Amino acid sequence: MELLGQYNYWVVFFLMMTGFYVVIARGNLVAKIVGLNIFQTSVFLLYISMGKVSGGTAPIVADPGSLYSNPLPHVLILTAIVVGVATTALGLALVVRIKEAYGTVEEDEIYAQDDPPHGSAPALAQGSETATADSAGEARR
Amino acid sequence: MTHLIDIVLLTFLVATAIAIVRLNSLFAVVMLFGIYSLITAGVFIALDAVDVAFTEAAVGAGISTVLMLGTLALVGHRQAPQQHSRALPLTVVVITGVVLLWGTADMPRFGDPEAPVHQHVAPRYIQDSPAEVGVPNMVTSVLASYRGFDTLGETAVVFTAGVAVLVLLGRRRRQHRDPGSSGD
Repeated sequence: MELLGQYNYWVVFFLMMTGFYVVIARGNLVAKIVGLNIFQTSVFLLYISMGKVSGGTAPIVADPGSLYSNPLPHVLILTAIVVGVATTALGLALVVRIKEAYGTVEEDEIYAQDDPPHGSAPALAQGSETATADSAGEARR
Repeated sequence: MTHLIDIVLLTFLVATAIAIVRLNSLFAVVMLFGIYSLITAGVFIALDAVDVAFTEAAVGAGISTVLMLGTLALVGHRQAPQQHSRALPLTVVVITGVVLLWGTADMPRFGDPEAPVHQHVAPRYIQDSPAEVGVPNMVTSVLASYRGFDTLGETAVVFTAGVAVLVLLGRRRRQHRDPGSSGD
């Protein structure tokens, strides 16, 4: 196992960069949130990897003298997972609102509506109430 | 043996992540993300973090995937093909990744019992918590007793996020209903 001593960390950083790439290269907001979640999970893996002790067991009292893995990272990551799903829910709710207001969840199309390239598109930013009503009408078809 | 399971599961994780990057269908991306979370839970078991594993399986693989599928039902599965060049994001990602990998050179070896992370408060939690708190599961003792204020802060964050989601989506439902009642 000497050669593979840092394998966990390499994989963690590869996954982290995969999530980062999805966040910055994909234009779709739902895909961006998936990327953020991948990034987040890789941070969880980093912490849990650091808490592992070779030959240790789960930190639940067993026979006296057993070797336990470090419980502290586990606690921190438990908290982080629950907070993570709360922030994911918030992000997804924002995506739904953006879809209502702009009619799209593609970053480029949202930018195009905010700064019309030829100055001819309707100003959706100030009239978001009407835009919402319109897209609500479209959604009902 | 545990190391072997760990390595195999981590390799699965890498394969899933690459598939998520390459696939274009949003539905497939979200389902693969569910699989990814479940494999992560398996890795946590292999790394002795059983409490974290079942939380990740329930919350990460379960609730997150359901929330994403619900969002897809509202915003549609269409994903525009990528128009920008991939060169800039790839460069940024590769440079950041190389710096991070460089940083692992200084990290203690995986599983090293002498690593600094195991030297500070963890021995006290392991030795004294069964007597001081009386719960055999040390993670529970630390979560609810020694670091109880962290957990209080966590519930505050979750409450805030829940209120924010209700505010965002409740407003939408009202506006849906108003034109609906006058228009239809």
